[in-house]
Amino acid sequence: MKKKNLYSLLNIILILIVAIFINIAQKRFDPYIIRILNLCAIYVILGVSLNLINGFTGQFSLGHAGFMAIGAYVSALLYMSPELKEMNYFITPLIWPFSVIQIPFFISVIVGGIIAALVGFLVGAPCLRLKGDYLAIVTFGFSEIIRIIFNNLQSITNGPIGLKGLPAFTNLWWSWGGAIFTIFFISNLINSSYGRALKSIREDEAAAEAMGVNLFYHKVLSFVVGAFFAGIGGALLGSLVMTIDPNTFSASMTFQIIVIVIVGGLGSITGTVIAATIFAILMEFLRVVESPMNFFGTKLPAIPGMRMLVFSTILMVVILFFKRGLMGGKEFSLKQFIKFFSRNNRVIKEGS
Amino acid sequence: MSVLKSDHLTIKFGGLTAVSNFCVTVEEGELVGLIGPNGAGKTTTFNMLTGVYKPTNGKIYLYEQDITRKRVDQITALGIGRTFQNVRLFSELSVIDNVMVGSHLRLKSSFFQAVFHTPRYTKEDKQIREEAKQLLSEVRLDKFKNKVAGSLPYGEQRRLEIARALATKPKLLLLDEPAAGMNPQETKDLMSFILKIQEKFKLTIVLIEHDMKVVMGICKRILVLDYGVTIAEGKPLEIQHNPEVIKAYLGAEANYA
Repeated sequence: MKKKNLYSLLNIILILIVAIFINIAQKRFDPYIIRILNLCAIYVILGVSLNLINGFTGQFSLGHAGFMAIGAYVSALLYMSPELKEMNYFITPLIWPFSVIQIPFFISVIVGGIIAALVGFLVGAPCLRLKGDYLAIVTFGFSEIIRIIFNNLQSITNGPIGLKGLPAFTNLWWSWGGAIFTIFFISNLINSSYGRALKSIREDEAAAEAMGVNLFYHKVLSFVVGAFFAGIGGALLGSLVMTIDPNTFSASMTFQIIVIVIVGGLGSITGTVIAATIFAILMEFLRVVESPMNFFGTKLPAIPGMRMLVFSTILMVVILFFKRGLMGGKEFSLKQFIKFFSRNNRVIKEGS
Repeated sequence: MSVLKSDHLTIKFGGLTAVSNFCVTVEEGELVGLIGPNGAGKTTTFNMLTGVYKPTNGKIYLYEQDITRKRVDQITALGIGRTFQNVRLFSELSVIDNVMVGSHLRLKSSFFQAVFHTPRYTKEDKQIREEAKQLLSEVRLDKFKNKVAGSLPYGEQRRLEIARALATKPKLLLLDEPAAGMNPQETKDLMSFILKIQEKFKLTIVLIEHDMKVVMGICKRILVLDYGVTIAEGKPLEIQHNPEVIKAYLGAEANYA
């Protein structure tokens, strides 16, 4: 019991340190750095939630961009002010209930997540009968359908013009708060009896079912939870980049998150967090390769999309050398951390 | 009251009748063997009893309750546990997690209680863990508790599979070739192990087995399937001398030898 208390104390201290850091960062840091840190957090939310579906439950879903789109649009429609909406919808006016309502940012983000989860249920219920590649194709199709619907639903989504000038509510508090909550929620879920059931589905569906695990219920559950956090991630992303249009949430968005999950390791939350952070930082860092360069005297023109080429290479290298991602299925935990250091100490003591 | 009763179970895959008119009544505490040549439909029968396949015709009763159209997990919850012909453990989970999955169906805490580790859930989880530990010590696997299931030696994996099935607290246990791939010593251990758990957990057991030493050694009653048809039923000695059975196993011309 005492040990348990120690760990929860350490957890609280850790969160406090993060909070202090966020507080300082939000006030002192360069806006550019803050933006990258925000992106890190959002990628963490998206990666961890996709890892729940793909890594822990073993259902290969490519629908994350669709859920993000739903979260981003639903929340934006709720937190934008009526005047801003009027300015945005200059071709086709926004239909009635949305045109007048405005609710606080936090609630609208949650509502965005809930609607995404609801859609996750509606999509997941029929689709999760499928396995492997088939499920991947269907969920990919779903995400494309969402994008096309949003492109054409002019009176609600403003079509391909998208929504511009969204208020920048997302700050480090929201994004890292969301990321920490996501990590907390999903790692707790994974370590619970429900998590064991999800992992057993990944390992062997037939055996899991024979052990009394209701396949349908648990698969849909994981899908819905994943969709909820994808919606939240999308909502935060919308308010961070301040402009959304349906093509923001194209297939390449899903693939970015897939890259994060695979590089980090399917079935490792720690791995996803590390990979998401590296990804967000590299994403900005590698802008250099897309700008015109002077390469040994020859002038190279700017090549848009060059960054993705670099990421593909990284992905290939990781898959070649770390077949199961950076972390494999392992996790970082305070317990092991302390154990590791106390062991080292002992070795030193014995040595001296 | 019979534990299991199947009434004219028939299953057809397209034009092929895999099992036809399978009738069996298993009483409390029995140990029944199901034998037959390869492809006779033994595993198919198990799959029907556990709900993996829905029979084309016929009914299955567990304690006189009709379970024919129920889902696999519902049937497990009602009290049929099973193992598989080729070991199907959750190989990347730890040994104790494998067993604890079997307790998930009895979890009373809701999803959110589990996620937020409320006191109620924590208490339940602790109890499940204790039960799993106890079960593991009964099957002598407690020293492997935190090992990854896939890394265990084969014989241990077999035992773990049985332990995992026991964690669902079955009344009827279906064992699909428990001795497959075991050496004579392991087989001998397995036989006493099966008898031990039957007594300990008050189980009724039906087992499929090719190893006649096992079947004749521990089964009180044997059913013989050939091409989906039940060709004989009776005590081990009767089965050994049944001409139909000899014919099925050795071919029609066996007599001249």
